[in-house]
Formats: sequence, C-alpha cells, structure tokens
Amino acid sequence: MALDLNIFCKSTLDGEEVDHCFSSLLGLGQNADPSYLDWLMKAWGWTLAVAGLGLAIALVLGAVMGTLRTLPDNGPMSRFLVRFSTAWVELFRNIPILVQVFLWYHVIPSFILPLKALPSYWLVSIALGFFTSARMAEQVRAGIQSLPSGQRAAATALGLTTAQSYRYVILPMALRIIIPPLTSESMNLIKNSSVAFAVSVPELTLFAMQAQEETSHGVEIYLAVTLLYALSAFAVNRVMNLIEKKTRIPGFIGASSDAGLAH
Amino acid sequence: MLSLDLSFYNWELFTNYILKGFLFSVQLTIIATIGGILFGTLLALMRLSGKSILVYPATFYINTMRSIPLVMVILWFFLLMPMLIGRPIGADLSATITFIAFEAAFFSEIVRAGIQSVPRGQVFAAEALGMTYGQNMRFVVLPQAFRNMIPIFMTQTIVLFQDTSLVYAIGAYDLLKGFEIAGKNYGRPIETYILAAFTYFVICFSLSRIAKRIQQKVAIIR
Repeated sequence: MALDLNIFCKSTLDGEEVDHCFSSLLGLGQNADPSYLDWLMKAWGWTLAVAGLGLAIALVLGAVMGTLRTLPDNGPMSRFLVRFSTAWVELFRNIPILVQVFLWYHVIPSFILPLKALPSYWLVSIALGFFTSARMAEQVRAGIQSLPSGQRAAATALGLTTAQSYRYVILPMALRIIIPPLTSESMNLIKNSSVAFAVSVPELTLFAMQAQEETSHGVEIYLAVTLLYALSAFAVNRVMNLIEKKTRIPGFIGASSDAGLAH
Repeated sequence: MLSLDLSFYNWELFTNYILKGFLFSVQLTIIATIGGILFGTLLALMRLSGKSILVYPATFYINTMRSIPLVMVILWFFLLMPMLIGRPIGADLSATITFIAFEAAFFSEIVRAGIQSVPRGQVFAAEALGMTYGQNMRFVVLPQAFRNMIPIFMTQTIVLFQDTSLVYAIGAYDLLKGFEIAGKNYGRPIETYILAAFTYFVICFSLSRIAKRIQQKVAIIR
C-alpha cells in the first residue's frame, strides 16, 4: 500500500488539485480553493490554541491548589483552604475528561449564564485546565512535601510569615524540583486536547475524522495528524527542559534530562 | 436559573440504557487490565533483556503508544483493522483490542519499574542456586515485583476506567454513551450529564480509596 501524499494538495471543495498547496496560508493565489493542507494547518492552530490556554489555566490553578493542600494548621481559615483544595483535586481527577468537557459545554452554561457568551473552545480549555490542574496540584504537593522540614522551620525561625516562607523559601525550591513531572502532565494536556472533537472544536482530531470520511485516504490523514500531535508534545518537552536547565538549583542533582511520556 | 428534576431517573431507565453501557465499560476495563498486564510484562521483559533485537522493537512500540493521544489510537485501530482483516469489525471488538494494545505500553513501564525495584542480590542469589532465567523470573523476581506494583496497577486501572469513555469517538456503547442516549430519549441532557459525572466520580473515588488502603498495607509488609 503506497501513501498518496498528494491528497494534501487537493481542494476541500471539489477534490481537484489546487495550484498552490499553501494557497490560503501563504497568501498565494488569493482565489484558490483551500487545500487539505490548509485545513490541517488550521486544525493544528486550534489544537495549539485549546491546549495553550488550557495549560495556562492548569499551571496557575495547579500551583495554587497544590500549595493550599500543604498549608500548616493555623486556624479555621487554613483548615478550610486545605479541605477546599483537597476536594478540588478529588473532584477533578475522578471524572473522565470527556465527561468534564460535556459538563462545561452542555451543563454549566445553563447555570452560569455569562459562560454562554464564551466561544466553545474556551469551555474546552477550561475543562482541560481544571482536569489537569488536579493532577498538577498533586505534583506540587509532592514537591513541597519532599523538601526537608528544616526549610520550613528555618523560615519560621527567621520570622517569616506563612505567606513569606512559601514565597521566598518553599515554592522556589519545590516548583523547580517538580518540573519533570509537570512536563509530562503538560504533554498529557496536549494529547488530551483531542477530546475537543466531541464538542465540534475544529481541531486536529475532528479534522482527522472529517477528512478521513471525505477523502477515504485515512492512513495519510491520520499519519499527518499523529505526527503533528507528537511534534507539539515534543516541543513542550524541549521548552520545559530548557526551563529546567535555566532554573536548576546549584548543588542539587539535576533530574534526568528526559521526562517520561506518562498518560 | 434552571431547576433540576431527577425524578425521571428510575430503575427502568437504568436497566434500559445505563446498565448495558456500564457493563461494557467494566468489561473493557477488566479485559484491558488483564491483557495489558500480560503483554506489558512481555514488553518489559523484552526491554530488560539486553538483546538489541528485543529491546529496540519494544522501546519503539512503547514510546509510540505513549506519544499519541488515546483518541487517535482508537481511530487508528478502527481504521486499520478492517484493512488488515479484510472485513468490517465492530466498534466493541475494535475498542477492546485497542485498549489491550494501548494499556500494554503503560503497564510495561510499571512492570519495568517494579522489576527494577527488586534488589540485585535477589537475582544473584537465585542464579547462585542454579536457577535458569525463566525460573529466576517466575519464582524470585516477578512475585516480588508484582507485589510492589499492586497500588500503581490500581491507580492505572482507575485511569483506564476513565479512559474507556473515549470510545465515544467510534460510537461504542459505554457508560457515558448510555447516559447520553437516555438523556436524548427523555429530553433531559443536562440531568443525565450530571448523573454520568456523578456515577464516574463515585466509582473512581471509591476505587482510589481502596487503592490507598492497599498501598498502606503493602507498605507495612515491606
């Protein structure tokens, strides 16, 4: 079975070959039909947009919730925050991502009306971000708890408040230690963004399904989509590695250069 | 503000729509766990064998599976298997084969870590007793490795149970699909999505509690 890569240069409107494969992307041949390659690139853009926004939400919420889970018992407020963040983690990691996407898309906007004004890809990003934040929070918590207790004690002895000891002592250490597991969670987020197909966000997976049906060149289409997913995840891996190297704490054994592709 | 009415959710609806999907999800989880552990152990042994003819294919397979979104793996198998066999294959069977193949890659990494957690002295002692490689694995290394792995196996199985909802992509009838169809037929999509989330949550949360208990027990024995 030979691969027919010409399919990407065919028009999505009539299936005829177009003059320039990149017609609409590069601005060549303004009036040319869009090719499957154009469509593929647009779909990739959607995937990156959904995953990028989701990643931003996940990193912020994950860091906050993970930190809150480790708060020392200083009274009713801190006890409430510990319970709240624990409930957050349990809630968002025990419901499948696809179900969470449906909840954000079909259910929650009926209760919180302003969400109806948001474009659907935002809702998917929120779902992905909340889902991943629960997993990242667990890594943040593990990172904080892996620090020797003397660090926290030393901060207290120096007269730092709880907020200060987190800001200046605990988090700068913990957040660097957990970069490798955060890398694999970030790569998971890119892969999980494929569930956006279920609420018709025109991203890579939806492109794969629709183009496969239209062209009956499923193998070529799927191959391209799979490569783009792998490429995106690999790019995240490289960027995180760079951050890890830049922020490495002198005197500590750097974590292994390659974070696993856990799922 | 919208009010929820769950009174439509009765025994009849449950047996007509939900039970079938629930059983499929559970069946898929169990088969994929067992198959995944079997093939995963095989892959892990290949990877640890030190013979490049075994190491490279196993490593390639594992890395490929782990860098592709599961939805795409499900679509790939659904596309390729009819081509290989030459006749159409149902969504249920396709999903089962996909999950075994996919989970094997993940379980193999767990098994590999488990095997590597067994102290080297155990292997040497078994060799000193004159055991062959097979006997060494069968009687000394794997029993200890599997015991260390039980909590992680359970965590992975919970993830797997959640992931079975992704067979949505090829239209197989699982737990989520059951709720969705019930919601459409009764005109109550919002309530059924909430019930679906609640059901998944209760199952996964209870399982993770049990996993935690077992983890503590195993930790004490060690």
